[in-house]
Amino acid sequence: MKTIYFDNNATTKLAPEVFEEMQPYFCDLYGNPSSMHHFGGQVAKKIIEARMRIAKLLGAKSPSEIIFTSCGTESDNAAIIGTLRSYPQKKHIITTKVEHPAVLNTCRYLHQKEGYQVTYLPVDSSGQLDLNELREAITSDTAIVSIMYANNETGVIFPISEIAHIVKEKGAVFHTDAVQAVGKIPFNLQESPIDMLSLSGHKLHAPKGIGALYLKEGTKFEPFLIGGHQELGRRGGTENVASIIGLGKACELASLNIAEEQNKVKTLRDKLENSLLQRVPSTRVNGDRMHRLPNTSNISFEFIEGEAILLLLSDRGIAASSGSACTSGSLEPSHVLRSMGVPFTHAHGSIRFSLSRYTTEEEIATVINELISIVDRLRAISPFGPKNKVSIH
Amino acid sequence: MWNYSEKVMNHFRHPHNVGEIENADAVGEIGNIVCGDALKLSLKIDQKTETILDAKFQTFGCGSAIASSSALTEMIKGKTLDEALKINNQNIAKYLDGLPEEKMHCSVMGMEALEAAINNYRGIQAPEKQVEEGTIICNCFGVTDQKIIRIIKMNNLTTVEQVTNYTKAGGGCGQCKPEIEKILAEVLRKEKEKKKTPPRKMTNLEKIRLIQETLEKEIRPALRADGGNIELVDVDGNTVYVKLTGNCQNCPSMGFTIETFITQKLQRSVNKDLEVKEVKE
Repeated sequence: MKTIYFDNNATTKLAPEVFEEMQPYFCDLYGNPSSMHHFGGQVAKKIIEARMRIAKLLGAKSPSEIIFTSCGTESDNAAIIGTLRSYPQKKHIITTKVEHPAVLNTCRYLHQKEGYQVTYLPVDSSGQLDLNELREAITSDTAIVSIMYANNETGVIFPISEIAHIVKEKGAVFHTDAVQAVGKIPFNLQESPIDMLSLSGHKLHAPKGIGALYLKEGTKFEPFLIGGHQELGRRGGTENVASIIGLGKACELASLNIAEEQNKVKTLRDKLENSLLQRVPSTRVNGDRMHRLPNTSNISFEFIEGEAILLLLSDRGIAASSGSACTSGSLEPSHVLRSMGVPFTHAHGSIRFSLSRYTTEEEIATVINELISIVDRLRAISPFGPKNKVSIH
Repeated sequence: MWNYSEKVMNHFRHPHNVGEIENADAVGEIGNIVCGDALKLSLKIDQKTETILDAKFQTFGCGSAIASSSALTEMIKGKTLDEALKINNQNIAKYLDGLPEEKMHCSVMGMEALEAAINNYRGIQAPEKQVEEGTIICNCFGVTDQKIIRIIKMNNLTTVEQVTNYTKAGGGCGQCKPEIEKILAEVLRKEKEKKKTPPRKMTNLEKIRLIQETLEKEIRPALRADGGNIELVDVDGNTVYVKLTGNCQNCPSMGFTIETFITQKLQRSVNKDLEVKEVKE
């Protein structure tokens, strides 16, 4: 059975072009980029190229603003902890209730173990922030504000440029976890007041285990991973050469494909979403539909539970995610949906579809048809909802 | 992804007895849509013999909730109400070849729906009133101390995490976890005290059963690992006669194995005066 992969916010397929670009750097060109000989030096050149490709995708002023890390989580940790260490007298952090655990749990840890004050900004029912609340929350004690670019579960995009301006006016450092946004929407960081930005390779068709942190020139930063002189002394450890080269290639491809991502992927997503809304009763979309990643749709099917939907989708070769309790690893539905006040009746039956540039029309049609039959089937078992019971065997 | 057994997946993919019995003699409803799972069980009961003639279910929930409900209906059909009441959550999980620990609450839901339906039939209590028994400990999921104590005892639970897995209590905001810990400690303390009181003398039948169980669970797996096996031949007073088969038959270290391993295990589980003798062909 062919897999229909609609879970690209979880991870993505490695682009074949990326794989090809990486291959020589395992068995043949395995030199250490820090070495004095040419064998290592030629690898160092490829890393410079990768750094330039990433800087270009982000619209950064200089490639030296890019620090390679091991993943998005490391980038987030490095940004937050690296900033706090640079401003030891400041003891306040601001973030939101809907962040990824990489930020949320780092902030919780800093509160519990190191006594930092943390403000978690709430979101409204569309998943958006109240910028006045942000403005009022920033004090002279605020070291860093960390707010995600786009939400991994709903795809909702925050007005990051406006947020960054507010934070800078008030004199704090601004970090954004852009793991879900990079590669899907255009960036121009040299025109933006964003100080720091996290990205992750495997969300944009590069391998797992490679990430990057953008650090605007002149931003104060203490290294999170202490060691050698690599990354201009800002992150120790021998470079993950092949993956860095892969990430560079993936960013080059993303630069080329971003228009397609914006149009083709969005068209497919809208088709999936609109068809389901039209054809399946008691269905709703979670999150601000106007300000959203082009590839993400979070849909709730009332009266049924997400894990059951995912299992039946999986039986048909379709991969997606859910914010339901049973799949969140706890007994309560996702913190993002709860923060938005999505009624539990909807939260339990929420499914996230996240597409990629490899998604086809045909796959969309298959998923729509399969999902309609799955929802019917589970609603026939459910004691709730519009009654139209049939017995199934 | 959950590691569900084939049987769970089969009952989930092809649930048995879905629906609602018209003019049902008994209905049991447990859970609600806010909690994330709910089960409505309806029964057709023969008034004279109190036998369950038919059972149907409707479930809102995950794969294992649907599978547990389907399994329950299969297990109770044809049973009398008293027989059905003996089914506990362990039996449901076992019927499905086990459930992941985190999903044990699904089997508890099945057991509770059955009890609610039978109570409903016997006019003991309206099902919705049952929740009020005891004091609510977990506000997120409305779980009472009575339920927590009962499930701890029924399943021999020893950690707060297990209590959450089996009852959902503590799985929301988590504020009640210290309270659950207190209840758990109290139950465990009482159980320990009970064990201290000297056991009454075992009947012969109980003794033989316990010997068989010890052989099955603690001794046979170890021998099998070396390609051997053991059979119980007879029990006479405190003498246990066994026959060793497979690789054990000619194993030079068998004398030692009987003396130390088998005898010690049996003495520990049954009584300290037991003696083990090997029977040869």
